[in-house]
Amino acid sequence: MTDIAAPVPAREPTLLRLLKGILLLRESTVGMIGAGLVLFWVLMAIFADLIAPFPPNATIYPLAMPGTTVPEIGTFWLGTDHIGRDILSRIIHGSRQVLLYAPLATFCAYMVGIPMGLAAGYRRGMTDDVLSFIANVILSFPVLVLYIIIIATIGASAANIVIAVTFASAPGIFRIVRGLVLDLRNREYVFAAETRGETPWRIMLIEILPNARGPLIVDACLRVGYVIITIGVLGFLGLGLPPPDPDWGGMINETRQMAMTFPHMTVFPCIAISSLVLGFNLLADGLREVSLRD
Amino acid sequence: MVVSTRLQDYDGPILECRNLSISYFTRAGEIPAVVDFNLTLNKGDSVGLVGESGCGKSTVAMAIMQYLGNNGGIVGGEVIYKGIDLASLSREELRQLRGNEIAMIYQEPMAALNPSMRLGQQLMEVPLCHEEITEKEAYERAVEILAAVNLPDPERVMNSYPHQISGGQQQRVVIAMALLSNPSLLLLDEPTTALDVTVEAGIVELIGQIAERFDTSMIYISHNLGLILATCDRVNVMYSGVVVEHGTVEEVFDHMRHPYTKGLFSCIPLPGADKTAHPLVPIRGQLPLPHERPVGCYFAPRCDFFQEGVCDRAIERGTIPMATVDDRSGHEVRCLRWQEIDWESYRPEGLSGESVTSGEVVLSVREMRKYYELADNSLVALIRGKRVRYVKANERISFDARECETVAIVGESGCGKSTFAKVLMGLETASDGEVVFKDQEIGKLPVQKRSPAQIGSMQMIFQNPFDTLNPSHTVGAQLARVIKKFGVETDKDKIQERVIQLLDLVKLPREFARRRPRQLSGGQKQRVGIARAFAGNPAMVVADEPVSALDVSVQAAITGLLMEIQRSYRTTLLFISHDLSLVRYLADRVVVMYLGQIMEQGTTDEVFSPPYHPYTEALLSAVPIADTSIEKKRIILEGNLPSVMNPPRGCPFHTRCPRKIGRICEAEPPPFVEAAPGHVILCHIPMDELRRVDPVFVQTAKDKSAAE
Amino acid sequence: MSIFIVRRLGTMALTMIVVSLLLFLLLEINVEGVAIKVLGPYTSEEQRNIWLEQHGYFRPVYIRYFEWLGHFITGNFGESVRFKTAVSDVLWPRLGNTGILGLATMMVVVPLSLALGVLAGMREGSRLDRVISVTSIITTSVPEFASAVLLSAVFVFYLDLLPGTSSMSDGFSLVQLVLPVMVLVLYDFGYVTRMTRASMAEVMMTHYIRTAILKGLPYKTVIMRHALRNALIAPFTVIMLQINWLLSGVIVVEFFFAYKGFGALLLEASLNQDIFLIEACAMIAVFVAVTTQTLADLGYTYLNPRIRFA
Repeated sequence: MTDIAAPVPAREPTLLRLLKGILLLRESTVGMIGAGLVLFWVLMAIFADLIAPFPPNATIYPLAMPGTTVPEIGTFWLGTDHIGRDILSRIIHGSRQVLLYAPLATFCAYMVGIPMGLAAGYRRGMTDDVLSFIANVILSFPVLVLYIIIIATIGASAANIVIAVTFASAPGIFRIVRGLVLDLRNREYVFAAETRGETPWRIMLIEILPNARGPLIVDACLRVGYVIITIGVLGFLGLGLPPPDPDWGGMINETRQMAMTFPHMTVFPCIAISSLVLGFNLLADGLREVSLRD
Repeated sequence: MVVSTRLQDYDGPILECRNLSISYFTRAGEIPAVVDFNLTLNKGDSVGLVGESGCGKSTVAMAIMQYLGNNGGIVGGEVIYKGIDLASLSREELRQLRGNEIAMIYQEPMAALNPSMRLGQQLMEVPLCHEEITEKEAYERAVEILAAVNLPDPERVMNSYPHQISGGQQQRVVIAMALLSNPSLLLLDEPTTALDVTVEAGIVELIGQIAERFDTSMIYISHNLGLILATCDRVNVMYSGVVVEHGTVEEVFDHMRHPYTKGLFSCIPLPGADKTAHPLVPIRGQLPLPHERPVGCYFAPRCDFFQEGVCDRAIERGTIPMATVDDRSGHEVRCLRWQEIDWESYRPEGLSGESVTSGEVVLSVREMRKYYELADNSLVALIRGKRVRYVKANERISFDARECETVAIVGESGCGKSTFAKVLMGLETASDGEVVFKDQEIGKLPVQKRSPAQIGSMQMIFQNPFDTLNPSHTVGAQLARVIKKFGVETDKDKIQERVIQLLDLVKLPREFARRRPRQLSGGQKQRVGIARAFAGNPAMVVADEPVSALDVSVQAAITGLLMEIQRSYRTTLLFISHDLSLVRYLADRVVVMYLGQIMEQGTTDEVFSPPYHPYTEALLSAVPIADTSIEKKRIILEGNLPSVMNPPRGCPFHTRCPRKIGRICEAEPPPFVEAAPGHVILCHIPMDELRRVDPVFVQTAKDKSAAE
Repeated sequence: MSIFIVRRLGTMALTMIVVSLLLFLLLEINVEGVAIKVLGPYTSEEQRNIWLEQHGYFRPVYIRYFEWLGHFITGNFGESVRFKTAVSDVLWPRLGNTGILGLATMMVVVPLSLALGVLAGMREGSRLDRVISVTSIITTSVPEFASAVLLSAVFVFYLDLLPGTSSMSDGFSLVQLVLPVMVLVLYDFGYVTRMTRASMAEVMMTHYIRTAILKGLPYKTVIMRHALRNALIAPFTVIMLQINWLLSGVIVVEFFFAYKGFGALLLEASLNQDIFLIEACAMIAVFVAVTTQTLADLGYTYLNPRIRFA
């Protein structure tokens, strides 16, 4: 994009425009709450080492109820789990896993879905037929069935989860991008670019894609939320990240047998994951609201 | 039923609007949409509201309906219908009034009809909900009224869904729906804007008949002065939320007093206008946004008679008051200086109009055909094994365009003009025939195979200003890309220089290079579009309806700019348009197309005077003319525009031709007949007979000022 | 129209064939792996080869595929390693149980979310709309496993109102169905509600609704006759596609509440590498999903006169 923008000297810096976009969000209460929740967890993840009162994987004091203060050790605000690890510290450290892999996996899915959607929507014809059929085949699997089969076949690891998410989410992104492109390709500026003989990829990437960014950003927020749920579900089913590093879904799975006697062990990770997903969903809603006003 | 009994024996004015002010409330605050609106409508009267987009004319209609949405409201004055203040009515009383006493006809008939309900049901529910009536009676009434609006086969229409009938028929259904309960007041909001011009003529004639047959009062909203002349007795000219001039149509059209009204008439090409003798005079500047209206007179910044200290003085009520010009006819004008303006000696500077001589042939099209293959998915085709049908988008197109010449291609939707433009630009290739541009055959050369120089020497200006520029990139970046792409300049600074030059060329401030399209008005965007087309010093520019989406006052300026640049660059201009008035004004040669074929071509004078092709004749007579001194032949075409998928055999026009001579028209394709060298007509009717046809327009020597 | 149905059914069949091929290749291309999974990791290579030879695994892949497909279509899904019986013996009862769970969920979700969506979309931006919208965002943000934990904590641990497991070991029990259905409804209704709301809000903005109001129709008629008919076309598709989503949720819920359903079976099969059971479960799941998608498409076409009478 730089080569066409270069001749114009005083272009608004991208950073400034981004900042303006964020300021726009102020007008949506819902969006601000969402942004606040997401920001809260991002800060938790970044400063986990400073904030967490205990090391996440150390056995400290078994079966403490929330708020228990043990002399000379400290207070377990959210209690400890069945093998005596501090739940608060594990939740704080667990946010790192989630906030690393969920956005990463979503990003990978976009990197696959966008070019395919662009090609199908812009070229149409055979390209579209073939790509759409592939997408439909993948989408015809119930999502979790697909994950379980993939993970059960290739094994549970962080990289495999990213691969599975990419594989399962790319078709959805493909469909959205394709739909947007089918609409945008009929704009006169695309027609103008065609009449001056621009190459198809240039038209797709520079003339069309930037104009699809609004809906895609909203979709990305929703999708990150959904991927967080997915990673949680996999952890919950025992197909998630390998122990002992804390993973919210895994924490729930490990302790759910004790949920009837010590509900705090499962309830707090549930609240954590729900609040983060809620943050992304509210953020998406706020962004959509703001973008529609413009 | 309370309201209707109260209304029964009323014989005063049907509708009065007194000092009506309407505002919209947004997060930015109150935005006045209409200020100080007054109107009295008597029984059987029809009043026109005319103005450009954003002048508040539709808002008035919605206020009369008491339907302003969540964020709109009447902030002052009152709407009185048959003596009742509508604001005092309860929701239920208002509901009884709507559709029963006051009915409305809308701009886009397709959108106004429920897509998933049969038309019969949509029609019948009007009397069913307003009157004590049985289903059977309602059905009969609906059929009757459909016949009254000249819809053939009403029973079939009753049983159809909206998408199954044509746009013109849809609008007739909407009109029928409005008339079903025999309303006293009919509001028509741009009822023909979405329709083709020959279809429009039919609807306009129908609207004219309604007033007589149903004794209904009408408020006709339009941006087109010609339509107002055809349908109304009185007219309100609106500008930026206020009525600037009001009076009988004759008074306002022949003796306008407000500089804006005058400006509006100077902007539109009338049959009397001519690009050399009576050039168009654009109104400078642009419409003020509602929250940026100037103090005092709203028109002041664009007015040639602006006087400091008079026109820009702050006034308590927001704007200046109406002054009475003629008490008897009720002619009023909202201008402080109307008595001081000397129209006799006013000679505004029009668009420069020196004529130029055309040069060598630049583009030569011979027997060009463009057929599309269409996969036929019907079961019948599958069984017969004939899976491919051909759509003849362009058939035997032949014409020449010379250097510095303006050739207009005229036709209604589906006539193949856009396909032709695509073939020229190389987005499609011709199926047959030759397209020779600057001595090179390009008909079968897709744009990817053309050289940058070839591409740069033929460029296009697009129709929709809101769509022509990429909203994601700055104006400067988009122009720079074109310059670089065509290899005009390669050095960064040189490119930048050229961008500035182009902005100067289209008279835009240089800092616009840094702006994004959404910061520009429609007219400004179109200027950038023109700059982009001329970036590669083209030999020919194809302009596809370049001004039809713009407001009238902006249209003239853009048209003028385009002509000026074209002349100074000696560029050939291929002007695709449906607006015959504009074509007559600026074209040297005219090509008339119908269903993919050229029906007539010749110089502008030849095409606009007899002998005509019957289609040209009908097209000309359908054009609304805003000139009281012109008498026009009335030719209303019957039937629908046939589909390109399934064109009629023989002469494509025979299904609607008012001069059809018989069998031969249906059976044989008509021959090309030369009426004069270069003036070709595609028709079976003998030339002598065509020569005897009267001209469509006759200028009556009624008034001297009219043609000015 | 008939051409459309034929074509849609053709696409459906093609999708199923491609899916079956993918599954087959993924799970059975490596014959050594198949033998290990069936016979267990502690068998000798000799034993495996004998088994493979007996079951025709040394024939070319395409022959094996078509044979497998043939068996599959005739309902012969093979033998489950884990349950030591024919796959179909385990599969069908489990599918029935899941059908009950799904049906119960849909019976709550559909009326609830349509009603809420219509109410919210009818007056966009009203207080009711905002309450419904935010509520539905919140409920869709709570994953099934989280809401299962939270609801159990409340209804089982604190209130002691409902049973914490739904294994139905003593026969069918309605009480045991309550929590699983509640969890599924909570997660699913928000999405359908939001889609219905969006569709309704869009319809309310259209010109034909304005026409209907300005015709003087009572507000109730405008909503019931003009708005709903158009507004409910899109949610119909959403609901049909929701069945696909429900299958995912069912796995989590059945696992959590130890409900003997199809989802739990699929999970169990996957975790135990019971390949013939995985194949059967996956094919059934995809078949259900593809069928509902096809029905959604056909229904959409039927409900939309603009396509039906094109």
